[in-house]
Amino acid sequence: MLEDKDRVFRNLYGFEDWRLEGARARGAWSDTKALIEKGHDWIINEVKASGLRGRGGAGFPTGLKWSFMPKNDPRPSYLAVNADESEPGSCKDREIIRHDPHLLIEGILLACFAMRAHTAFVYIRGEFMREREHLQIAVDEAYAAKLIGKNNVNGWDLEIIVHHGAGAYICGEETALLESIEGKKGMPRLKPPFPAACGIYGCPTTVNNVESIASVPDILRRGAAWFAALGVLDSAGTKLFQISGHVERPCVVEEEMGIPLRELLDTHAGGVRGGWDNLLAIIPGGSSMPLIRAEQCQDLTLDFDALAKLKSGLGTGCIIVMDKSTDPIKAITRIAYFYKHESCGQCTPCREGTGWMYRVLERMQRGEAEKREIDLLFDVTKQVESHTICALGDAAAWPVQGLIRNFRDVIEERIDQYQAALKEAAE
Amino acid sequence: MRAIVASDAEVSPRFEEVLDLAVRRLHPEQPLRFEFTPENLAWTKASIAKYPPGKQASAVIALLWRAQEQEGWCTEPAIRAVADILGMAYIRVLEIATFYTMFQLQPVGSTAHVQVCGTTPCLLRGSEAVIEICKARIAENPHELSRDGRFSWEEVECLGCCANAPVVMIGRDTYEDLDPELFDKVLYGFKTGKLPKPGSQIGRQASCPVGGPTTLKDMVKKNAAKV
Repeated sequence: MLEDKDRVFRNLYGFEDWRLEGARARGAWSDTKALIEKGHDWIINEVKASGLRGRGGAGFPTGLKWSFMPKNDPRPSYLAVNADESEPGSCKDREIIRHDPHLLIEGILLACFAMRAHTAFVYIRGEFMREREHLQIAVDEAYAAKLIGKNNVNGWDLEIIVHHGAGAYICGEETALLESIEGKKGMPRLKPPFPAACGIYGCPTTVNNVESIASVPDILRRGAAWFAALGVLDSAGTKLFQISGHVERPCVVEEEMGIPLRELLDTHAGGVRGGWDNLLAIIPGGSSMPLIRAEQCQDLTLDFDALAKLKSGLGTGCIIVMDKSTDPIKAITRIAYFYKHESCGQCTPCREGTGWMYRVLERMQRGEAEKREIDLLFDVTKQVESHTICALGDAAAWPVQGLIRNFRDVIEERIDQYQAALKEAAE
Repeated sequence: MRAIVASDAEVSPRFEEVLDLAVRRLHPEQPLRFEFTPENLAWTKASIAKYPPGKQASAVIALLWRAQEQEGWCTEPAIRAVADILGMAYIRVLEIATFYTMFQLQPVGSTAHVQVCGTTPCLLRGSEAVIEICKARIAENPHELSRDGRFSWEEVECLGCCANAPVVMIGRDTYEDLDPELFDKVLYGFKTGKLPKPGSQIGRQASCPVGGPTTLKDMVKKNAAKV
C-alpha cells in the first residue's frame, strides 16, 4: 500500500480546510517562485522524467505534450484544464476541486509558465456547481494573495478563467471543449491541426486533465525521481482510483499505479459484495472501456500495460464492480444508451450507430433477438469504431464489443430462453 | 425567432417515440418577455469581461445559465435577450440551448426539479428504485409537473458522483448514497420546507469509505483533536 508520506492528495476527503490557509499548511505554494526560477525547460524535462501520463483517460505523456507548444509564437498561448469529468465511473476531479483546489491552481501556474502561457481556462462541467464555487473562491484567494494575476509574487503573470459547461459529455473531448469555450456547440474538430497549433480562438492550446495538473507541484518539489520510483514501468506515480458498484464500501482513494485489483478492492473498498468469488466482471477505466470477466481479474494489476493486454484500458482509473447478481447485458445496454444520448450528432456512424446499437441491445436484454444478430451487432461496432472525428464512436463501440467477447454465452442463453417461452406460449 | 423553429405540431411525436431520438425543442407556450434583474445584468457584464475583447460569445453558457436560474427554465425570450447582449445570431444561442441538456426547455417544478442519475454505476446500486419513487410521488413521466406544480423529475446521464451512487441532483446540490427510504426523506424535506442536508445521506464524509478512511488516518485524528 502507498505510504501516507507519498500521497499527493492529502485532503482528498475534505477532513481539513480546503482554502488557502489549509492548502499552505499541507505544503502548497511554499516555494513556487523557486521552481519557476529554474526555467521553462527544466519544468518540462522534470515532468517528462517523472513519467507522468495524462490522467484523463488517454494516458499521453504530459511533459511531451507540453513540449509541443510553440516557443516563439506571436499569438498568445493557452492552457485549458479539462474538468468536464463525465465518464460514468469517474469521480476523482470533483474531489480535487472541492477539497484541494489550490493544488490545481498552483499546478496551472507551473504548467502555464512551462508552456509560456499567461491565460488558463478551467472547463468545469455544469453539474459541478458547488465545486465551481469552491474553485472560484480559491482562484479569488490566489489573486488576492498575489499568487496569480498581474505582477504576482511568483514572477509569471497568469489569468485563470473558470468556465462552465451545461451537461454535455462530449465537451470532455479536447477539441469539443475548445469549441465550447468559444461559445459554440461542443462538436469535436478534425485533427490536424492539433490544439497545440490551433486551439482556443485559433491560438496554441494544451488541454490537460485536472489530476495531471494537480500532481505537477508535488512532482517538481519532490523531484521526478520520487514520482518515477512509484508505480510500475511505463505507469509511474500515484493515481486516484475510484471504486463504484458492487463493493462493500465504494470510495475514491489514492494508490500506486500497478496495484493489484484485488488488493485495491480489499484494502480500501471492503472487498466485493458477497466475497471475491461473487465477482462477475469489472469495467476498468470508465464506461468506454470493455469489461473484464472475473477469471481475468485474479492477478490483474491496474496499470496502462496490463489492461491494454486484455484489450481494455486504465482510462481514468475507475473500477465499476459487478457481482454475480448483475445482468451484464442490461449494464452494457445502459452504457449504450448513455453514448446514444451523448453523441453530438456530427458524424453519421456515431449518430446513427449509437442509437442502432442501443436498440439492438435493448431487445437482446430481453432475449428478443436472433443469434445471428450477435455477429451483426459486432460488425456494426466495427463500422462505428475509428470512423468518426472523435473517440466517442470508439467509446460507444468498445463496451459492446467487450460484452460480446466476454458474455456471448449469456446473450445466447437469453435468446434461447425467450425462444423457448415463445414456443411454450404457442403450444 | 418563431420563424427558425419548426412548431411541435409539424413533427409527429410518435416518430420520435419509435426512434427514441433526443429531440429538444422550445416549449410551445412561452412568456412574453425576459429581462435580467439589475443585479444579474451587472453579473453578465462581469462575466463577459473575463474573456478577451471580441470573444464575448464565450460567455454564452454562463449567461443562459443565469437566465435559467432567474426564470426557473430556459425561455425563448431569454434566449433572444442573451443573443442580443452578446451580439450573436438568435440561431446560435438557440443551438446552445438545445445542445446542452442542462438547459430546461420547459417549465420545471417550482420547489424542486429532481435529476436522477441513471447511468450504470448508479443503476448497479439501485437508481431504478429511485426513479420508481419519482414516478409514484411526482409524475408518471419525466419533465411532467406534479399535480401541485411544485415538483418535476428527469433521468440524467452520469452526474460524476459514482462512488456515492445512487445520487440525485436538486438545484445546486447532490444528495448521495440513497436508497428508496432515504430518497423519500429528501423529497419530503423539500415538500415541507425542512431542506435536507446535501451530500451523503448516510452521513459519510465525501467519498471516504464508510466507517472511516483507510489512508491518512493520522491527519484525520489530528483534525478530530482540533475540534
